[in-house]
Amino acid sequence: MKILVCISNVPDTTTKVKFVDNNTKFDVTGVQWIINPWDELALTRALELKEASNGAIEKVTVANVGEIGSEPTIRKALAIGADDAIRINAKAEDAYFVAGQIAEVVKKDAYDIVFCGIESSDYNGFAVGGMLSEFLDIPSVSSVSGVEIENGNVKVYREIDGGKETLSTELPFVAIVQKGITINPRIPAMRGIMMARKKPLNVVEPVALDKLTEYSNYEMPPAKAACKMIDEENVKELVDLLQNEAKVL
Amino acid sequence: MAILVYCENWDGKFKKLSFELVSYAAKLAEKTNTEAVALSIGNVADDELKQLGKFGAKKIISVNKDELKTLDNKVYTSVIAQVAEKENAQILVLAHNLTGKALSPRLSVKLKAGLVSGVIEIPSNFAPINVKKKSFTGGAIANVVVNSNMAIFTLSPNSCEVTENETNAAVENFDANIGNVATKVVDVNKVTGKILLSDAEIVVSGGRGMKSGENWAPLEELAQVLGAGVACSRPVSDEGWRPHEEHVGQTGKIIAPNLYIALGISGAIQHLGGVSSTKYLVAINTDKDAPIFESSDYGIVGDVRKVVPALIEAFKEAKS
Repeated sequence: MKILVCISNVPDTTTKVKFVDNNTKFDVTGVQWIINPWDELALTRALELKEASNGAIEKVTVANVGEIGSEPTIRKALAIGADDAIRINAKAEDAYFVAGQIAEVVKKDAYDIVFCGIESSDYNGFAVGGMLSEFLDIPSVSSVSGVEIENGNVKVYREIDGGKETLSTELPFVAIVQKGITINPRIPAMRGIMMARKKPLNVVEPVALDKLTEYSNYEMPPAKAACKMIDEENVKELVDLLQNEAKVL
Repeated sequence: MAILVYCENWDGKFKKLSFELVSYAAKLAEKTNTEAVALSIGNVADDELKQLGKFGAKKIISVNKDELKTLDNKVYTSVIAQVAEKENAQILVLAHNLTGKALSPRLSVKLKAGLVSGVIEIPSNFAPINVKKKSFTGGAIANVVVNSNMAIFTLSPNSCEVTENETNAAVENFDANIGNVATKVVDVNKVTGKILLSDAEIVVSGGRGMKSGENWAPLEELAQVLGAGVACSRPVSDEGWRPHEEHVGQTGKIIAPNLYIALGISGAIQHLGGVSSTKYLVAINTDKDAPIFESSDYGIVGDVRKVVPALIEAFKEAKS
């Protein structure tokens, strides 16, 4: 059994978002890049599954669509414990394009489980995992908060409104994961960082594919009016404001 | 040509969210001189289906088969795509919720239609489509151009007023091809009687300033008085004070209530990302410099242990 984890290279989630070139481009000056938080959780879970599998899971590969600048993030994934990595050498600008590139990777190397984070923290597309499964014409389960393997059978937990469902699925399939899949992402240890340098990071060129969407420009959300402060001894005033000014009660 | 809107049902019933979606589709149809067509999958009674006509759907298509009782992303995608092709849909609209996020990307590939997730407005232009969506987890708004002939939107909650517009639309049953169902639901674990965070108009949320999981009783009482949902910040769920399902923020749930009351939450950028569509935000925090106040409409500098009981009394009084 083989697992592929798709990772996106995103700005650190505490980044102060700014734009340049007439608000058409995200300002990368001084930005720290990280593994997209959901992808990092997916990678952690994939490694846990591999370790518990008694050799049934041979390897965990990470795939990224990005230019050379995303390699430090890919190396971090290798340091956390992925066995090898594939970088598709193209700008990740459109989810359809990105998913189509990863589909080519999966077609070549028959992965049984593909993990994708539910969204990326920068463009919030919620798209690559679902698109990938449709490109491959295989099942997908979204909002996945747990994956277990028992005797080669895969059990998937899916969040629904007000609860959880347990599903069985045919393989291969795409698990689109959210928080809960595991609690804390793994942090690379010194030994892992040393080993990551020697692990294979294969670079492949993209296939020709259309881009269906284009981010033309950005604007900042409208500024919030100043917060009205209320004295802690006078909570009745707050109730009055919510009732008569905001009218939300 | 048509604007097709997929309306999910919850045990055979629609919600305000469904009517918001249909209202939005009707507005798109008006702008493009086409008709809004609503699609329901699963077992929904005719009277309930006809409700969708009250908000501007000119036709209501129902697909009801045994194999469609639970959500299989691949099968549902195929059914929606069949209807989209039959109706020659120009724009397909889904909710920006668990189901919409699961189906819209598959549909985008199946129909080769550009997907814009979390749109917040009617497009400013239709040829080509140019529409606004949130990006950087609420940190910026992006204008997205769709290059394909057909477009798919998931509509961000609270982005469109529910508008009544009776059409007396008829219900049409459609016999879709189902194909192989590869995923099976083997168990369901559902909490009943609790207000869902995704539905709650008011949400009361606690952060690290609550000091301990044992201090949640007053917060829950406040939620009960207000008929509100209960949420928390990430450190609270990481500490195990509250279940992960209640974590609101960038990596947790993203919600859009009318009123969000943040108790002892400092307002880290990741937390605010989860509530950026909230209409009114109230913060109560001991630290007057806490960043949460910059994003709040109303604030109280004070200890939640003292302020919350006083608030409960004040709300009770206001109610009676």
